[in-house]
Amino acid sequence: MSCCAPGSEDIAVIGQALPSDDEVAFAARDLGDGMHQIELSVPGVHCGACIQSVESTLRKLATVETARVNLSTRRVSVRWRGDALPPIVGTLAKLGYPPNLFDDTAGGKDPVLSQLLRALGVSAFAASNIMLLSVSVWSGADGATRDLFHWVSALIALPALVMAGGIYYRSAWSALRHGRMNMDVPIAIGITVAYMLSIYDTLHSGQHAYFDASVTLLFFLLIGRTLDHVMRGKARAAVAGLARLAPRGALVLAPDGSRDYRPINEIEPGMQLLVAAGERIPVDARILHGNSDLDCALVNGESAPQAVAAGAAIQAGTLNLTGPLTLEATAPAESSFLAEMVRLMEAAEGGRARYRRIADRVASLYAPVVHLAAVLTFIGWMFATGDWHHAATVAIAVLIITCPCALGLAVPIVQIMAARRLFENGIMVRDGAAMERLTEAGAVVFDKTGTLTLGQPLLVNAGEIAPERMAVAAALAAHSRHPLSQAIAAYQGFGVAPAFDRIEEKPGFGMEAHAGSDVWRLGRASWAGDGSEDGTVLALNGKTVTRFSFEDRLRADARDSVAQLQAAFGSVEMLSGDTEAACARVASELQLTSYRSGLLPAEKVARIDELHAQGRKVLMVGDGLNDAPALGAAYVSMAPATAADIGRNAADFVFLRESLSAVPLALDVSRRAARLIRQNLGIAVVYNFFAVPLAFLGYVTPLVAAIAMSGSSIIVIGNALRLSGGASVAADVKSSLTGRPVEAAQ
Amino acid sequence: MNMLVYLIPVALSLGGLALLAFLWALRAGQYDDLDGAAARVLFEDEDKDDNES
Repeated sequence: MSCCAPGSEDIAVIGQALPSDDEVAFAARDLGDGMHQIELSVPGVHCGACIQSVESTLRKLATVETARVNLSTRRVSVRWRGDALPPIVGTLAKLGYPPNLFDDTAGGKDPVLSQLLRALGVSAFAASNIMLLSVSVWSGADGATRDLFHWVSALIALPALVMAGGIYYRSAWSALRHGRMNMDVPIAIGITVAYMLSIYDTLHSGQHAYFDASVTLLFFLLIGRTLDHVMRGKARAAVAGLARLAPRGALVLAPDGSRDYRPINEIEPGMQLLVAAGERIPVDARILHGNSDLDCALVNGESAPQAVAAGAAIQAGTLNLTGPLTLEATAPAESSFLAEMVRLMEAAEGGRARYRRIADRVASLYAPVVHLAAVLTFIGWMFATGDWHHAATVAIAVLIITCPCALGLAVPIVQIMAARRLFENGIMVRDGAAMERLTEAGAVVFDKTGTLTLGQPLLVNAGEIAPERMAVAAALAAHSRHPLSQAIAAYQGFGVAPAFDRIEEKPGFGMEAHAGSDVWRLGRASWAGDGSEDGTVLALNGKTVTRFSFEDRLRADARDSVAQLQAAFGSVEMLSGDTEAACARVASELQLTSYRSGLLPAEKVARIDELHAQGRKVLMVGDGLNDAPALGAAYVSMAPATAADIGRNAADFVFLRESLSAVPLALDVSRRAARLIRQNLGIAVVYNFFAVPLAFLGYVTPLVAAIAMSGSSIIVIGNALRLSGGASVAADVKSSLTGRPVEAAQ
Repeated sequence: MNMLVYLIPVALSLGGLALLAFLWALRAGQYDDLDGAAARVLFEDEDKDDNES
């Protein structure tokens, strides 16, 4: 794990707006006794030093009672006394940990995990104690002692069966009720029947009891299940709430002039809203007063900010960059552009809903075979000996020895190792099925803005600009949030800027500054300069002195990654909502042959369906709100962490770092995982090939079953661990990922 | 053989104690933030702890 050294930030924070104090106060919980609590997501927290600086700084605020950071979920929970909100957001932002509000209000507890851990504890206790008792039975205890040990085992096994087994019973039952088969069905039947027969044997002072087998089986399987859950929970927590797209509310201007912060779902068409610079537009609206620039990158994929003025219709989810706006809402929140995208996405839900996990496919084949084998064994022994008890014992031995201890671990353990491997490289996986689907993909489709490029402009002609001009421009630009200004402001310190008397931002146009009798202007050429041309210029007293040209910067390793994917798939496409010219430039830089520009969200979905119809399963990589339906329609999808949150929710993989090499890396790890899964399933088959005949013939005692089960599990786990070591391809990708500054390094 | 009468309960109750300790730790929220706990051990000052979230 990297630490807080500059440049090691896992999460590229691009143009993110801080939540306003009104929003935070709105999200806070009242604990009674004048205490309030808020939970904020702080993605920047990495290590012990971060925890300490965040906690100690927050505790120094006057009314704050406690502040506690959860490093696993990257959240801080702050409690304060009194109604007034302490300046938490500002303090955190100043400290370098910009906070976000997050959506799920469950409070960070994971009931399923607690249940799994509790079950794991109980079954570990039961398995270890029963195993100790069994060892003394195997080493020769007999008569009354053996019966006593069996009874004690039966007693200990009962709570494990109820608590730990309950998880499997419920899952098996819900599968059976829907007419499906999963791995939990033979497990549930196996442990129950084994327990019943062992009770019967104990009652009749029998020699063999399978209490140990049924409980150890549960214990091993629960380990796999818990690890799986922890891995997925980690991905969920880190992905949730990086950037909220929709504000929780808006400042409503009442006809009598009073201002009131109202929740988003109470906003109706016709209401007047105030949106400050730096806030997101809450609902579809029309501008009444004010000029500004809007960042629409997440909404329609256009990288250049749009200048807007009174009368313009604007969409929910866009970011207001430069000037305050007074709006008139034209649609309620539930019928805004954002909600429309969600509907389109649900309608587009593609082939993945029909996908069945390898484990389930194996189980549907495996479970009937196992049950058939056990039934045949029973019938066979009944014919041969006529002793129903002996026949039942042998049949249960068959059930236990084939019971998919190794098989139950074979798939999840590999997927956990693969997910861990990806996690170390800053890639979150939604679940194991996503990796299986990724290996089946036959075509890659990229979005442009924010995916192949960073959606951040970069000054490209800096070398041609005189240092003294650059100093003036940078000093002016430092006072604006506009992305082009920030690109220029990165060049501060190259020279000495004149002392300005006054600097002001003209929203929608640019910056204006007075130095003595001189007027400097930085901004739109038609406003600042003398010509009517396009572009961004620096002008002195109305005369253009310097022109600036910008390009959207490509993601790190974009060219290599695209080349690798082209080699792997043969076909890489770019679908963008941006202009033809911008797309052509990026395509030629990446040597992409096929691209389409100016696409609407529905047209992206149509193109993906077209590829699916050709029998090619599509991997979609995209980030914007306009990509969300396409992400949903694709067979498997990836999104950067900077994506719109509905896009992140639709994506199977989310990558946190700037480099695009995450895509080939995820593909590589998934393919190797698929290979290991096939090997593991092969091992399980070979194991059964030897074990089942022994069990058929009645040579499997509880001792043999215990050894065979643990042995095969250990082999399968050992094979899965190979994924974490000796990886050459992933290693060099990784080395290029670390230590790369996120900011534009010059 | 008589020793079994008290040795087995002793052994089981010791195991049971460990189980109870685990369940208590789980309930007290000690598994909520494993990464944070690893870092907090290095802090010098005494935290005002509230194991509740």
